[in-house]
Amino acid sequence: MIINGRAISKGKAKGEVLLSRDEISFLGDVDPRTGVVVEKKLDAYRKSMAGKILVFPRGRGSTVGSYVLYQLKKNKKAPRAIINLEAETIVAVGAIISKIPMVDRLERNPLEFLKNGDIIKVDGDKGLVEVEK
Amino acid sequence: MLACQEGETAAKAMEILVAIGKIFGAEKMVPVTSTQISGVSYETIGEAGLELLESFAKDGRVRIPSYLNPCGIDLERWREIGFSKEFAKKQSKIIDAYRKMGVELSLTCTPYLIGATPKRNEHVAWSESSAVVFANSVLGARTNRESGISALAAAIAGRTPYFGYHLNEERVASLLIDVKAKLRDVSDFGALGYYVGGVAKEKVPAFLGINERNLDKMKSLGAAMAASGGVALFFMKGVTPEWRVVGRPEKIEFTERELKETKESLSTSNESELIAIGCPHCSLDEIRELTKKVEGKKLTKKFWVFTSRKIKNEADRLGYTGVIENSGGKVICDTCMVVSPIEHLGIKKTATNSAKAAKYLASMRKQKVVFGSVDDLV
Repeated sequence: MIINGRAISKGKAKGEVLLSRDEISFLGDVDPRTGVVVEKKLDAYRKSMAGKILVFPRGRGSTVGSYVLYQLKKNKKAPRAIINLEAETIVAVGAIISKIPMVDRLERNPLEFLKNGDIIKVDGDKGLVEVEK
Repeated sequence: MLACQEGETAAKAMEILVAIGKIFGAEKMVPVTSTQISGVSYETIGEAGLELLESFAKDGRVRIPSYLNPCGIDLERWREIGFSKEFAKKQSKIIDAYRKMGVELSLTCTPYLIGATPKRNEHVAWSESSAVVFANSVLGARTNRESGISALAAAIAGRTPYFGYHLNEERVASLLIDVKAKLRDVSDFGALGYYVGGVAKEKVPAFLGINERNLDKMKSLGAAMAASGGVALFFMKGVTPEWRVVGRPEKIEFTERELKETKESLSTSNESELIAIGCPHCSLDEIRELTKKVEGKKLTKKFWVFTSRKIKNEADRLGYTGVIENSGGKVICDTCMVVSPIEHLGIKKTATNSAKAAKYLASMRKQKVVFGSVDDLV
């Protein structure tokens, strides 16, 4: 099944879904060395985003968050792809400089039809998501 | 450009601008005539920022005049002031990456004091928040509040997405400020800005009841509004080339009471080890005024005056620097009290006449702060 959305950052990836229903500030909420969510208030607390397709509503917080995504990528702990309900500039810029494929505005709400562990494909060139079900 | 004809970094720059344009619903790109780039201090952007800039510098070159925000140290006097060799080394690498890309090493938050003066309706992409307000409100140029990376992308691509403060319809007052208090100096204008920024958030304030054109006061006012709120543009008759007030926006008053309360709220201490002046960076006028205060005196505590290298060169020639340094003070360039990690020098209590600095000295530099006018402090 293909779900159309909007292309934000180029590239393609396939991987396992990690959902967060909370907004994420990469500066502060995530350990750049491990990719683990360290903010207790987040529902993804203690989970690692390394190698996952990270699905969350949108970014928030400091613009230094863009650099944190780049740091995660350098440390090989970055998410493989990002899906947002609605992109904002901190995560979008972070994804582009880190070459992490990213899409947003899917025609169906990914926080409803996806669950942790689903294997999906993200196409950041065409702006779509492919789900094998 | 998206097809990589000009190298990977140019393509990436364009990809960043296209994504930002999408997010904000921009119809097109608009050429810009200059950029001003923040994200220079190693203290702020760290190892990740340095690595990113070095990768950009491999094949990324700016195509328009681009100016750099202050970094973490005075590049000539860091040893004397007490910063570590390691920090200076990392900082120099960041500067080298920008130099390689063709960015001017202005290292100042006040590019408009050293020749970067875009004219009315000219589109630019500036990122230092106080310079953004000055460009929009005093020069009448047009810029959004860029991030360091988006400004660098604009520098490489020579354009920026056309939305926000580039458009007439966004340059309209949404809050009126009736100023009843008597404002004496830059610290009073800073307190006004600090109060208004907190109320306005990201609105566009229009000031009533102020008859003042002094640019140092406007610099202080705008910097404070951009620090306590997200203000990017204000209107003031006799200062702002535009005046767009439509209908009847909400109106608030700023009386002697708000002035007094704001000034008190910015002070968290009665004593200081350091007096720091120059946030935003001092103009030549401000430095001359300071020389009148300290001439022939011996200061008992640290007195640091922050400015751009170009302004300091002028101050050197006019003898102002000598007067300040003979009194025991220092005229410091390339950096400021906000982006320089002064807490590593063991400084815990700092006095300043800048409302913007009062906020960030407390939050970023862990300082106890005395806020007041130069007359109060020196």
